[in-house]
Amino acid sequence: MEPLYYPDWQIRRILRDTDVIAMVGASTNWNRPSYFAMKYLQEKGFRIIPVNPRAEGEELLGETVYANLKDIPEPVEMVDIFQRSDRAPAVVDEAIEIGAKIVWMQLTVRHDEAAKKAEDAGLTVIMDRCPKIEFGRLSGELGWSGINTRVITSRRSKQIRAH
Amino acid sequence: MMSDNGTKTMVDDSKPAKPPGFETLAIHAGASPDPSTGARNVPIYQSTAYVFDDVDHAASLFNLQTFGYIYSRIGNPTVSALEEKVAALENGRAAVATSTGHAAQMLAMYILMEPGANFVSSINLYGGSITQFTHTFKKFGWHCKFVDPADPENFRAAIDENTKALFLELLANPGGIIVDIEPIADIAREAGIPLIVDNTTATPYLVQPFDWGADIVIHSMTKFLGGHGNAMGGIVVESGRFDWGQNDKFPSLTQPDPAYHGLTFHETFGDFGFSTKGRAVALRDLGPTLAPMNAFLILTGIETLSLRMARHVENAQAVAEYLDAHPAVEWISYAGLKSSPYHKLAKKYLPKGAGSLFTFGLKGGYEAGIRLVESVELISHLANLGDTRTLILHPASTTHRQLTEEQRIAAGAGPDVVRISVGLETVDDIIADLDQALSHALAKAAE
Repeated sequence: MEPLYYPDWQIRRILRDTDVIAMVGASTNWNRPSYFAMKYLQEKGFRIIPVNPRAEGEELLGETVYANLKDIPEPVEMVDIFQRSDRAPAVVDEAIEIGAKIVWMQLTVRHDEAAKKAEDAGLTVIMDRCPKIEFGRLSGELGWSGINTRVITSRRSKQIRAH
Repeated sequence: MMSDNGTKTMVDDSKPAKPPGFETLAIHAGASPDPSTGARNVPIYQSTAYVFDDVDHAASLFNLQTFGYIYSRIGNPTVSALEEKVAALENGRAAVATSTGHAAQMLAMYILMEPGANFVSSINLYGGSITQFTHTFKKFGWHCKFVDPADPENFRAAIDENTKALFLELLANPGGIIVDIEPIADIAREAGIPLIVDNTTATPYLVQPFDWGADIVIHSMTKFLGGHGNAMGGIVVESGRFDWGQNDKFPSLTQPDPAYHGLTFHETFGDFGFSTKGRAVALRDLGPTLAPMNAFLILTGIETLSLRMARHVENAQAVAEYLDAHPAVEWISYAGLKSSPYHKLAKKYLPKGAGSLFTFGLKGGYEAGIRLVESVELISHLANLGDTRTLILHPASTTHRQLTEEQRIAAGAGPDVVRISVGLETVDDIIADLDQALSHALAKAAE
């Protein structure tokens, strides 16, 4: 498979301009990776709406869990897929149907055909990345854990979102 | 091109831009201006602890759900700037700094080993490492099997079902020996275990072991990275490319951790899971933390790493050629000399120079060697390497003293061996001091 490349400006723009994210595969278990990502992104000012049929109607980090994207009663800008790659096409179809602008597939999640379908429908697609890690990387916070952000800058502010 | 306000520029960014050069990374990686004050150099954050916004923020930090500082045993802003810088210079994913190089070895092994487990190591190591691996690690139930790295197959033959890693120094202390890493990396990969390389003597300026298949790189930053003989420090860097989940050999990374509320580090932190475990559990519970002041000194040293290393190897080559031609010198082991059996490997792995640490022996053997190290005036007789100053010592009576005679000879530290770490003084002055010390040693021998 072709390596994926997304310029930093593109990731930064998505993380700056997006407010409402539906997280498909959000877990109610506190030590699952999706829970970590949801909590972090909430702290950064995103509204995260959890989607998980097994937890339908439960409350997760202050939000109601929906069974699928179509049940969400308000506009969703971005769909974050926290599921196996083979689940991506079905989620992408729903994302197109509800009018999302961005489909973001998590680290290790990649489905090139589904991505093409979304792009043909006018959506922006990011694959095999984590919005939490990308936010941490571009804001400099990831470097606080000794992780190589590959960001070189002489600028003082690395703030992504207005608080 | 990245733009701070997230707008697109006219630069073609359909593919990655050329990554910054080594010198740029040495100065800038991990060291952008302090966002609060605008301080351009990395400040010394001499603080033990960091305030929480509220109880929920504290809980998020303790659960590792958000990035941030809690307590300087686990993380400190000056130290993390250094960690990111060294990770960048090694082209790795992440790094954890420790109080010393020895602590770095303990931290890496703590993550990989279990009581009853073993690792296979090259015998050509710093004597202190041989002692740590042989005696001190045994008290943790960890066993080290030493092999001669000259034949890579020796590593394969020593691997058993409880082997968790291979370990080597590419440019091996006390000097002159280069280990052929590439076939050894293949053996590690086939066995599903990581290859750990101590890159202290070469530094990433001369070689980046991840390019040759290493999975974890360790440094004593006390040496060439800091470079000025003024601060102790160690670091563990992970490449991010080793799949810890490929087998069941690394439960500490792939099984829920009872020391962290059942968190599974590999699954949760992916390609920086090893470092996260090293920080959140090993640094937390073993405590060998790097001091911020030392991190600051090492950060400052690294900014000039490329200039220093280029001059270190230039001076070393000149000193080696001088000694090679000296009638009192019986043998010399420096891979930069064409006569060295390791010259070919030096050309392959260390094209910018074969380091500045090497060994030689005098025709007068043990007695002459002792007299030489006691006769220097400019060169310092002490146990360290990678200083701006030229350093000399007799390994059999110092750095490799705790070993048996047999171990010393196998490690290249036999009774007649003298080790030199060539520094950055005017090279003619280094040679002049050796010249007078050699005549002194010879004159005494003639008495």
